[in-house]
Amino acid sequence: MARRKDTNRGQGTAADGARGERAVGRVMAQVAMVMNLDKCIGCHTCSVTCKQAWTNRSGVEYAWFNNVETRPGQGYPRTYQDQDRWRGGWVRKAGGRLVPRAGGRIKRLATIFANPVMPSIQDYYEPWTYDYDTLLNAPLGDDFPVASPRSALTGEPMQVTWSANWDDDLGGGPELARHDPIVRKLGDRVKFSFEETFMFYLPRICEHCLNPTCVASCPSGALYKRVEDGIVLVDQDRCRGWRMCVTGCPYKKIYFNHKTGKAEKCTFCYPRVEVGMPTICSETCVGRLRYLGVVLYDAERVGDAAAVEDEKELYRAQLDVFLDPADPAVRAAARRDGIPDRWVESAARSPVYALAKRFRVALPLHPEYRTMPMVWYVPPLSPVVDSLTSTGHDGEDSDNLFGAIDTLRIPVEYLAELFTAGDTAPVDLVLRRLAAMRSYMRRINLGQERDEDIAGAVGMTGAEIEDMYRLLALAKYDDRYVVPTAYGVDEADRGVIEEVGCGLDFEGGPGMGGMGGVPFGEASGRPDAASVETFHALRDRQTGGAAQGEGRVPAEGRVNLLNWDGNGRPDGLFPPRQGGDGNGTDGGGGGGASAPREGGQS
Amino acid sequence: MNGTGPLDLVLWGILPYTVLVTAVGGLVWRYRYDRFGWTTRSSELYESRLLRIGSPLFHAGLLFVVLGHVVGLLVPEGWTRALGVSDALYHVTALGLGLVAGVCTLGGIALLIWRRRTTGPVFSATTRNDKLMYLVLVLAILTGLGMTAYFAGVELAGGHTQDYRRTVSPWFRSIWILQPDVAAMAAAEAPYKLHALTGLALFALLPFTRLVHAFSAPVGYLFRPYVVYRTRDRHTAGAGRSERSTRRGW
Repeated sequence: MARRKDTNRGQGTAADGARGERAVGRVMAQVAMVMNLDKCIGCHTCSVTCKQAWTNRSGVEYAWFNNVETRPGQGYPRTYQDQDRWRGGWVRKAGGRLVPRAGGRIKRLATIFANPVMPSIQDYYEPWTYDYDTLLNAPLGDDFPVASPRSALTGEPMQVTWSANWDDDLGGGPELARHDPIVRKLGDRVKFSFEETFMFYLPRICEHCLNPTCVASCPSGALYKRVEDGIVLVDQDRCRGWRMCVTGCPYKKIYFNHKTGKAEKCTFCYPRVEVGMPTICSETCVGRLRYLGVVLYDAERVGDAAAVEDEKELYRAQLDVFLDPADPAVRAAARRDGIPDRWVESAARSPVYALAKRFRVALPLHPEYRTMPMVWYVPPLSPVVDSLTSTGHDGEDSDNLFGAIDTLRIPVEYLAELFTAGDTAPVDLVLRRLAAMRSYMRRINLGQERDEDIAGAVGMTGAEIEDMYRLLALAKYDDRYVVPTAYGVDEADRGVIEEVGCGLDFEGGPGMGGMGGVPFGEASGRPDAASVETFHALRDRQTGGAAQGEGRVPAEGRVNLLNWDGNGRPDGLFPPRQGGDGNGTDGGGGGGASAPREGGQS
Repeated sequence: MNGTGPLDLVLWGILPYTVLVTAVGGLVWRYRYDRFGWTTRSSELYESRLLRIGSPLFHAGLLFVVLGHVVGLLVPEGWTRALGVSDALYHVTALGLGLVAGVCTLGGIALLIWRRRTTGPVFSATTRNDKLMYLVLVLAILTGLGMTAYFAGVELAGGHTQDYRRTVSPWFRSIWILQPDVAAMAAAEAPYKLHALTGLALFALLPFTRLVHAFSAPVGYLFRPYVVYRTRDRHTAGAGRSERSTRRGW
């Protein structure tokens, strides 16, 4: 769909001019995420559910679209933040031009036959399974049979020496954690003795950047950023396996499927997001620390913002790219650029916008990579509070906390290296705001009067603090996940709704008892994609009264048991009735519900 | 047509067209049907130390080999003479460059195959399709390089060899104007014939092996903006199945 060019840019300028601001450029919408690290308990539920949903296949055994790493720690893949080594992200040239750190177009093509800086499987970890068969088939003997590890790549016995979260909870201690690129940068100041150390968890998914280097590195043009919601995806039919995206992404969140020979990455669970559901990692987050929402941004300012000279200005530059959905000029521009009103309304309620821009407590991960990441983090106050409490102080008192933030430089500097290119001021402000919130709310809980001074000390009002508290501490499902359904597909946009059903059930496919008629093995041919259309069709069926088989062509008398809702008497599911009506189908609706039981008794 | 038997007619008059139809038809079919399988199937994730030497060596050598074939087969003798290139100079250049490029290609693929055999994960990821492809590819390289080396040796020794520009090249060009010059090719020496046959086998295999990735050389990358935007697909999936619909990505 071609978008209208900015012919009527002048409309917004009257209001803008009065405030002396730039006119609103092309408005684009991005579904973004914020994670509140104070709440992360490192349970890996997000990783596991994500894996079950997306990467429980051969070829991506080693891939975790969502992983949780302990900081300080090496991360996954090991030391991925060391861009001197892995060459991810952008560099700013002398003239202010941005070029992928691993090289521009010509260098990419010149090194296309062997990517010089691609992590090997060992930098992630060699995937393995266990020889469970031994447990069942071992001959009788004195020793208990053991399922020993087998490499998932070769099937050979192997020694397990590393995995995605091998150094979880500072496991391995200083020997491993010292290789953390940030620790190496900060030097001996980060202590690992039990009394002096600190740690927190960092769940990571693809950042769905506004200025993605992976997309820029793809020679085939298979990687793209979706215009409607900003989700970065790999077109599996266009990917040719050149592997440049793996190098390009500084977060190393693109994985090479070694079975299919194609790149795969976090999809932001687009089939769920399109129908207004949160991503699976958010849905299943035990700590409820993830927030989803739409952020409107000015696409024309992204290039300049990503290329500001001072790395420490990148955070503020990215904040300036975000547009205020309550601003009438922004609303007019959004309408001009084809963004539906319901998306703008959604952006106005977005918890992501609130945490990042209104309260300024969410920060981007490694803005110095200049990719304009869109998964932001509320840095953890816990290392500070814990240290304070363990030394016998009142960890909830604002004066104590403010003092502690100042004295506990190491965690703050570490956080600043993660979130603000080393600038401690923004991290400091966030931690102070979080500390102020604790103190302010404690007074209320204890029945004392509201102390505006606490709020004022961090540049907020009491009402704002209470709003922030509500969002950080109380927010319910619908407050945390404000996701509008995709436009162009639902009833309002008159999309074509077609049921796709089981992805393996195409004619001659594995679901139909064949091998799918694919001549080049499991990696060739194509399964049908999950989609909005599937979701709506399934919901219609689950909530509708009609029995399976009615109004739809049953596929060669086969019944998909997983889809059968107990309604009716589908062809081929039950033996024919004695003296029955031949086609085995009862009337739909209420009559259908009781029919199988009757059939079973006869 | 003197000295051309029915076998010559089949090999040099019919087979080329069979191969052509197979290659072009195969490519079209695979593009329409199996775009998902159209990939380099890189094994760099498993092992990169040897690949980093072998793969560029092989590919760069192969590019020059292809270039040499294009010049040798498509440019008639008269043209180079008109440019003032003497036959002797042409042959020395062709044999010299061809030898270097051929050795690079062969060395590269030898290293790659050795790596493929000895590195566990890479070997496990090797399909029968790959093995057949390697066999034909190595045969084609070996016959070509062997021939080049042999002729270079003969020329160095002061002898004279048959000029492929009077036999193979006219035949190759005649294929494209649909009037195959079977006699020209039939008159070629046996090594030429063997090399031409392995070459034809390779072309026939092209669409059905991982070699297809050669046809997706990403030249367009040089001319597009860095960041690609696309709108959400709004087609119905797999309608009709006469062409496999494009896949949504992840």
